[in-house]
Amino acid sequence: MLIELFPNVVISELWQATLETFYMTIIALIGTFILGILLGLLLYLTSRGGIWENKVLNLIIASTVNIFRAIPFIILILLLFPFTDFLIGTIRGSNAALPALIIGSAPFYGRLVEIALREVDKGVIEAAKAMGAKTSTIVLRVLIPESMPALVSGITVTAIALIGYTAVAGVIGAGGLGDFAYYYGFQRRASDVVFVCTVLIVIIVFIFQFIGDTITNKLDKR
Amino acid sequence: MIKINSLSKLFHTKSNLISAVDDLSLEIEKGEIFGVIGYSGAGKSTFIRLINRLENPTSGQVVIDGEDITSLSKNKLRLSRQNIGMIFQHFNLLWSRTVRENIAFPLEIAGISKQERMARVDELIGLVGLSGREDAYPSELSGGQKQRVGIARALANDPKVLLCDEATSALDPETTDSILKLLIDINEKLGLTIILITHEMHVIRKICHRVAVMEAGKVVEQGDVLDVFSHPIMPVTKKFVEQVMGDNNQEDSLEWLTTGYKNGDIIKLHFVGETTSQALISQVAKQFDVDINILQGKITQTQKGAYGSLIVHIDGVSDEKESALAYIKSAPVEVEVVHHAN
Ligand SMILES: Nc1ncnc2c1ncn2[C@@H]1O[C@H](COP(=O)(O)OP(=O)(O)O)[C@@H](O)[C@H]1O
Ligand SMILES: [Mg+2]
Repeated sequence: MLIELFPNVVISELWQATLETFYMTIIALIGTFILGILLGLLLYLTSRGGIWENKVLNLIIASTVNIFRAIPFIILILLLFPFTDFLIGTIRGSNAALPALIIGSAPFYGRLVEIALREVDKGVIEAAKAMGAKTSTIVLRVLIPESMPALVSGITVTAIALIGYTAVAGVIGAGGLGDFAYYYGFQRRASDVVFVCTVLIVIIVFIFQFIGDTITNKLDKR
Repeated sequence: MIKINSLSKLFHTKSNLISAVDDLSLEIEKGEIFGVIGYSGAGKSTFIRLINRLENPTSGQVVIDGEDITSLSKNKLRLSRQNIGMIFQHFNLLWSRTVRENIAFPLEIAGISKQERMARVDELIGLVGLSGREDAYPSELSGGQKQRVGIARALANDPKVLLCDEATSALDPETTDSILKLLIDINEKLGLTIILITHEMHVIRKICHRVAVMEAGKVVEQGDVLDVFSHPIMPVTKKFVEQVMGDNNQEDSLEWLTTGYKNGDIIKLHFVGETTSQALISQVAKQFDVDINILQGKITQTQKGAYGSLIVHIDGVSDEKESALAYIKSAPVEVEVVHHAN
């Protein structure tokens, strides 16, 4: 029955595309998490009243973050072609999508990290200082653990945006469900393929949202 | 032990310059509980934060055990801070850590091995009376229990000094008393010097040995708690004493008290640091053939004994009454004959 309803869907190829979407999302998410935390920490620490208060540095990072957030993702991919080519050695395929995916979402996540860190009780940071904690201890043992639920819910929001970006990256032949829907579905007028890809992407979004919410709730001991 | 020499802190805000602590000098002895009282905005928090340099002074010195805190490098300051415990009005616990892990945090900072940390934490949990709650998260604790965790954490590295910034101001009266008892307990057990700031005079009364009254960044009056209670000089101090003793302006009521008595004497007894006030009255009643009536009084217990006054009526045959009075006057109380009927 399924075969009658979806005559153009080839399960093995669809599965391959789904795995590619997962691959791009997860690797880009790891990169985004690391880069975003670094950006968020820098924004937070160099802001007014911060441990490394530095107006100039803060302005530079904030401007960079804002510029990259302002560039539409599809244009970012094109702009990054030379960089991607240099880094990956090609501009096609899943790996070639990664630099754009990470650079496109890390500034967004960086802002979420900054907001999460601002929510950490100033009194707790002060208590750690009063105990003689180093800045690195304050970052690793106070700021990050105390903001962890917000960091995780932030990365969940980012993950969902990222899944969208992976679909857009399909346009440059990155593989994944977006690519599949475009080349095998849209271009061959196989609307059943487009439909199945859409459903799969929605399911993937739900999976990420569910995992993120569960972890956030587990972590939150407030 | 702690010497504070003309310490000042100026805050520059957009519109003006605030002198939060103004040329303040104090000496705090080893092992004492030293209270600083003042209204909100007097500069108390700024003062206590200058002691461990959470705030850097504009000028002046803080010397703890011969070490000039104000001139320490960043790294030396971090090490010195491990010898200065601090507790806070809002406890400032890490909500992501259990009781045990919160108390272990300063030990981690000091680089203590995991095994030693565990042993020390268990000891501290016993000391502050939190046995059985080791694995609870702060959100599962009452305010008093949270402050106990705060105290255990502050004591973890065996500090010489404990700084308390309004440590009981967020707690209800009963819990406040239990926390104050705990502070007295550790002061006696560990010989720890405690500096405590508060806007509540009853806290000073219950646990401090000496007190300084702060107003507009300056210490306006200081001394033994009993002296300050019995002879307040500055208007602020008088107001704070009234907080616990009530208004002492009782001229009218005295007159009113005396009108009912045709015979006998009415005397006012001032107790200062006298712990046997009640015993005195019962001794008089037992040893002399007089009637003794308590008309009015207010006695408060401080760390250094009782303080307050009693107005009593004594009546009896002239001889007995005179010898009773002589007996009372020989006791360590101040006696004032208020009214001498016939
Ligand atoms: N970081 C700061 N910046 C500017 N002004 C401050 C700062 N901290 C305290 N002050 C000011 O210093 C004065 C004393 O404050 P504080 O030490 O908190 O008093 P208290 O603890 O006795 O209520 C207040 O006028 C307060 O507004
Ligand atoms: Mg204060």
